[in-house]
Amino acid sequence: MMTDMKKIKHHLTEELLMGYAAGTLPEAFNLVVATHISMCDECRAALAEYEAVGGEVMMGGDPIDLAEDALAATIALIENGNVGKPIVAPKPKVSGLFPTPLQEYVNGDLDAVKWRKIGGGVSQMILNTSKEATVRLLHIPAGTAVPDHGHHGTELTLVLQGAFVDETDRFGVGDVEVANEDLNHTPVAEEGMDCICLAATDAPLKFNSLMPRIAQKFVRI
Amino acid sequence: MSSDPTPAMPRNNVMEVQTDLLPKTDASDGALAYKGLSANEFRKSGAKKLTAEQTTKRMAWVAQVIAVRDDKDRSAFAEIFGYFAPRVKSFLIKSGASPDLAEECTQEVMATLWNKAHMFDPTKASVSTWIFTIARNRKIDMLRKQKRPEPEDLPWGPEPEPDQAEAMGLQQETEKLGEALATLPPEQRKLIEKAYFGELSHSEIAAETGLPLGTIKSRIRLALERLRHKMK
Repeated sequence: MMTDMKKIKHHLTEELLMGYAAGTLPEAFNLVVATHISMCDECRAALAEYEAVGGEVMMGGDPIDLAEDALAATIALIENGNVGKPIVAPKPKVSGLFPTPLQEYVNGDLDAVKWRKIGGGVSQMILNTSKEATVRLLHIPAGTAVPDHGHHGTELTLVLQGAFVDETDRFGVGDVEVANEDLNHTPVAEEGMDCICLAATDAPLKFNSLMPRIAQKFVRI
Repeated sequence: MSSDPTPAMPRNNVMEVQTDLLPKTDASDGALAYKGLSANEFRKSGAKKLTAEQTTKRMAWVAQVIAVRDDKDRSAFAEIFGYFAPRVKSFLIKSGASPDLAEECTQEVMATLWNKAHMFDPTKASVSTWIFTIARNRKIDMLRKQKRPEPEDLPWGPEPEPDQAEAMGLQQETEKLGEALATLPPEQRKLIEKAYFGELSHSEIAAETGLPLGTIKSRIRLALERLRHKMK
């Protein structure tokens, strides 16, 4: 990843960091969080704190006894060698545009993305995750607008290349916009470079005009 | 102990496990001989506000994980197991696992701890935090049947040997955090617990308590601020 970390201005919210630390977010959101943290030292450090809180919450619970032979059974598990999936933080692969957790869902970097046009010059690739929420890569040509829309749930948009601007601010590489019911916006990709984003939603977007609403049925936005 | 453990376990283990279940009398000091520093040196270099006992406890856990890592030390493992496994089980049950599933899952968490002890870095996480992350990942895998994407490792190559003072500092910070959490006003502590057990999403907590979502969020934020303040 060639990312200038100092430039990241829009970070994950406390609720998202806490949910990721607790393991309560949908997989699609986890992917956006893990990808942002791969690019952002500040959120990486904050995550460590939320995990520490989780550890102490666990420590503060009332202990519940295990079965009498639990220790022996655990030793047997160890000796049979069939558990212990690593909590491996993936090593950075060959440098590319995508951080490693995203590469694992795409099966490669930008050149492995299978783009599908969804209208207005915008293309997407939906990544395979659990169904509670969806996550997609979006390719928005420089200077192009994503149709004006609102949100039923939460929408996370992480910029991987280029930048977009909406009614609230400018979002550059590494920035994540957290949009909820209160926000109606029309993101526009900045001139100069096509914008590539990773966007997750836990409910369908609400488009404010008819054409995108019809298209929505076909492209699963 | 199960009545007939022989088929599953090699001959020499059964007895070892059983004798090792007895805590070593010198555990707190003996186990602290980590990276060549004695228990007294640990105490001198660290404990400011915390009592020597609390610091010793945290560092003893570190030493036990290191003993598992370096020496496959079963007595150290039995001690970690005795303390943490019932807390992991409790966490999993509160997170929605049935007692049977929680039992099975806890054993797997503890086996993972043994197998992955080489990945433990006491300058990055306390033992309680590390075990929590293993339990959380197992929970996602087992209860939610999902993969969990992990952030990419930092790209600056192999780390030097963990620094003793740094490890000690982190263990103490975590101990302070635990104390701060225990002394939060009960409603705030409960909200934090609910958020971690994943019993309820923030919106569901709102529905359950009849409080607006914004209020729940701001109360959780307040609780976190209070924790941060106490950590200063």
